Amino acid sequence: MSLAVRVIPCLDVDAGRVVKGVNFENLRDAGDPVELAHRYNDAGADELTFLDVTASSSDRETTYDVVTRTAEEVFIPLTVGGGVRTQEDVATLLRSGADKASINTAAVNRPEVIDEITDRFGSQVLVLSLDARRTDDPQIASGFEVTTHGGRRGTGIDAISWCREASARGVGEILLNSIDADGTQAGFDVEMIRAVRQVTSVPLIASGGAGRPEHFPAAIDAGADAVLAASMFHFGPVDMIARVKEAIRAAGHPVR
Amino acid sequence: MAKPDVVVLDYGSGNVHSAVRALERAGAQVTLTRETVRIQEAAGLVVPGVGAFAAVMDALTAIDGPRWIGRRIAGGRPVLGICVGHQILFERGVEHGIAADGMGEWPGEVTALPDDVVVPHMGWNTVRAPEGTVLFDGIEDERFYFVHSYAVQSWDFDQTVESMAAPKVTWSHHGADFIAAVENGPLSATQFHPEKSGDAGMQLLKNWIDSL
Repeated sequence: MSLAVRVIPCLDVDAGRVVKGVNFENLRDAGDPVELAHRYNDAGADELTFLDVTASSSDRETTYDVVTRTAEEVFIPLTVGGGVRTQEDVATLLRSGADKASINTAAVNRPEVIDEITDRFGSQVLVLSLDARRTDDPQIASGFEVTTHGGRRGTGIDAISWCREASARGVGEILLNSIDADGTQAGFDVEMIRAVRQVTSVPLIASGGAGRPEHFPAAIDAGADAVLAASMFHFGPVDMIARVKEAIRAAGHPVR
Repeated sequence: MAKPDVVVLDYGSGNVHSAVRALERAGAQVTLTRETVRIQEAAGLVVPGVGAFAAVMDALTAIDGPRWIGRRIAGGRPVLGICVGHQILFERGVEHGIAADGMGEWPGEVTALPDDVVVPHMGWNTVRAPEGTVLFDGIEDERFYFVHSYAVQSWDFDQTVESMAAPKVTWSHHGADFIAAVENGPLSATQFHPEKSGDAGMQLLKNWIDSL
């Protein structure tokens, strides 16, 4: 017996509504994040991640309200990312009821913010989220580059070095999203997962590329401790989380 | 029947929102406060804790928490520690080489988990509960949600003294065996987060509340 592999659905939230669409049957309102959080909890999700894609600050207030309402009703860990820039943003999210905050671009722009947040709240509250893509750029030794703006903008930063640095600065977890694999539904980028696993000892969440339950064991074999997906759960059958867990269990990894 | 009155100790520890809501859901009448009269009068006291051992101990000490917690225990009044609220009940915590005194209700030190496993230990793990615990009644085989990098990895309590009821110690494993929960008369504690452990955690809280 050992720690279970976590299966984490991710919900994009804009102005208090889930966007990108969700295709559950028998749901009164497919756009309500709290109702979806319930649904995923009942379906066996081990954690939930909200990605706040809101642009305006007034809409951000709405997100905090969504977090609060979710945390009042769904008793599994809740991570919130999107627009987290400072330790004050993290404080607000934690006060709202989030258990963890994920940080992406703001940490790329100013890595010291990782130290500031983890010094104040501990490592366990901070998830480093990064969108990485393959590159031929000879300046980037590992061949994996950190991007921002959903993969549209390169940073010239080596993704593997970045994971090493962020771990040393104290992030408690890494959410690794492959821009190349994202949306393909052709499977995870296992080489990227393996490369990151080699430079960090914090928990690693793999994201990007999942299309079928059979895709998941490879990510875990490569070193992921948890797996995150969006569309597959939103548009798949209601028991997709159970199917994913069954595939992981069949491959010899423990699940809840 | 009136709902048992539970106080969640408010000393500025991280996210207590979920603990309050989960305890309410599990059937308690919950108040978040540091008022000493309320701390003493409540049927049950919950001591949450997130962050570093020394910081939690400092924050507790700043409101004279150890004294009030100790007084409840001395009076046989139930207390439940969660996560770092569990750790500070032991003698000492050593984080980043810095040692800090805990409340010393139980012998033992909180030390870093082995460095050959993924740390923080984050996620759902199994436990090994001894026979007859209150907390794990009916949920012995469930998984609970852990988030921590430090733990008590040995139990040094002398359990051979027949005139004293031996504490019931529940273990888990991540790189090494560590203490996942203790039940000792009025004093209970869990290293994991029952308030984040879904239905199993809810049942554990209910088991505790029903015992008040």
